[in-house]
Amino acid sequence: MRAEHEQAVALQGGTDVYVEVNFGRLRPVSLLDLTRVDELRGIARENGTVRIGAGSTYHEMIENLEKDAPALVIASRTVGSPPIRNRGTIGGNLGSASPAGDCHPPLLAAGATIEIASANETRLVPVEDFFVAPKRSVLRPDEVIMAVHVERATGPQSFSKVGVRNAMVIAVCSFAIAFQSESGRVGTGIGSAGPVPLRALEAERFLEGHLAESRRWDTAAPLEESVVARFGELVAAGARPIDDVRGTAPYRRHALGVLARRSLIWCWNEYAGRPR
Amino acid sequence: MKVTCTVNGREQSVDGVAEFESLLQFLRDHLGLTGTKNACEQGECGSCSVLLDGTLVCSCLVGAGQAEGRVVTTIEGITDGEDLDPVQAAFVEVGAIQCGFCTPGLVMGARDLLERVADPDDEEIREALAGNLCRCTGYQKIIDAVHSAARATF
Repeated sequence: MRAEHEQAVALQGGTDVYVEVNFGRLRPVSLLDLTRVDELRGIARENGTVRIGAGSTYHEMIENLEKDAPALVIASRTVGSPPIRNRGTIGGNLGSASPAGDCHPPLLAAGATIEIASANETRLVPVEDFFVAPKRSVLRPDEVIMAVHVERATGPQSFSKVGVRNAMVIAVCSFAIAFQSESGRVGTGIGSAGPVPLRALEAERFLEGHLAESRRWDTAAPLEESVVARFGELVAAGARPIDDVRGTAPYRRHALGVLARRSLIWCWNEYAGRPR
Repeated sequence: MKVTCTVNGREQSVDGVAEFESLLQFLRDHLGLTGTKNACEQGECGSCSVLLDGTLVCSCLVGAGQAEGRVVTTIEGITDGEDLDPVQAAFVEVGAIQCGFCTPGLVMGARDLLERVADPDDEEIREALAGNLCRCTGYQKIIDAVHSAARATF
């Protein structure tokens, strides 16, 4: 059906699409309601990964993913209000491909893969290759986002965002971090501070290297202040922010450094407190 | 296009709905159910809150066509007689109303909360109603009203 109606705008809960329609910024030839497609619904565990159907709402993710994708759950809790979280979906968030989308940093940090299907084929795209420009992704007109696959969390994760109030805000900037203690991997995701959501690759490499060299995964000893500070600097340096109505580029870079340092400390304290 | 759905317990079938009309426009303009208010049209204010298959949603962000075959409950449908719903009664009693524009949305949101949490604390009420804007009352009386409704129904 998607292939026969390439000009149609696909929508899930409508929380992005209908704002555009109501304000006259979008007058698509037709709308394709994906909320009725059963294949897009549901959250399923398969060995070490979890498959999150594209039609999963923020509310459903909050209810079902606390253990397996904690940063995504925290991010989902920050989205809009209850009626928005009842309608908005992970697939819709990805489809809109806003640099400020709240799902994106946690998915980058957790190394998620996006399952995309057309009438002819299904392809898997790493989330870091999914976004190409503000509000643009690799999704082709004949394709539909089916699901998101994410490795189940084996270590602490966090998500934080800066905004003018707790509810109902688009992030000025946001940051997610995910520790995979079984593999020694540290993932990061930066939101609202670049043309697309970004990973802070140098910060990840620095921290992974430090944790491995100092055998920190085994000792869980507190991190030196210099390590925390360096991590914050590298995350801030990894952003590519601009000035806009929500904040200036220097503010975003500064705030990201703060979020990164705090997130690192929160997660490391949590890791140190876990039974090993 | 033609849209058929159940609104407040009655099946409604309406022809001539434009493809991009929202559920809010469908309810107000085609069915004359103006208790559901139209304000921001971007999901920020909560004044258009209704239940769609029992789930609280902003009707301005739901396509009219997305309601096809579904069950919609608006503020007009929460009581069937002369008596007020306990949440409405509490809003009146406590004085959580000034101009009244936001009240239908707040009542829908508060009822949804009380369905899930019988006796919510301040924090839970604030979180549940974070997407409902009131420009008159300063929210304290609204929170008092939800507590009062909880006591009345608990």
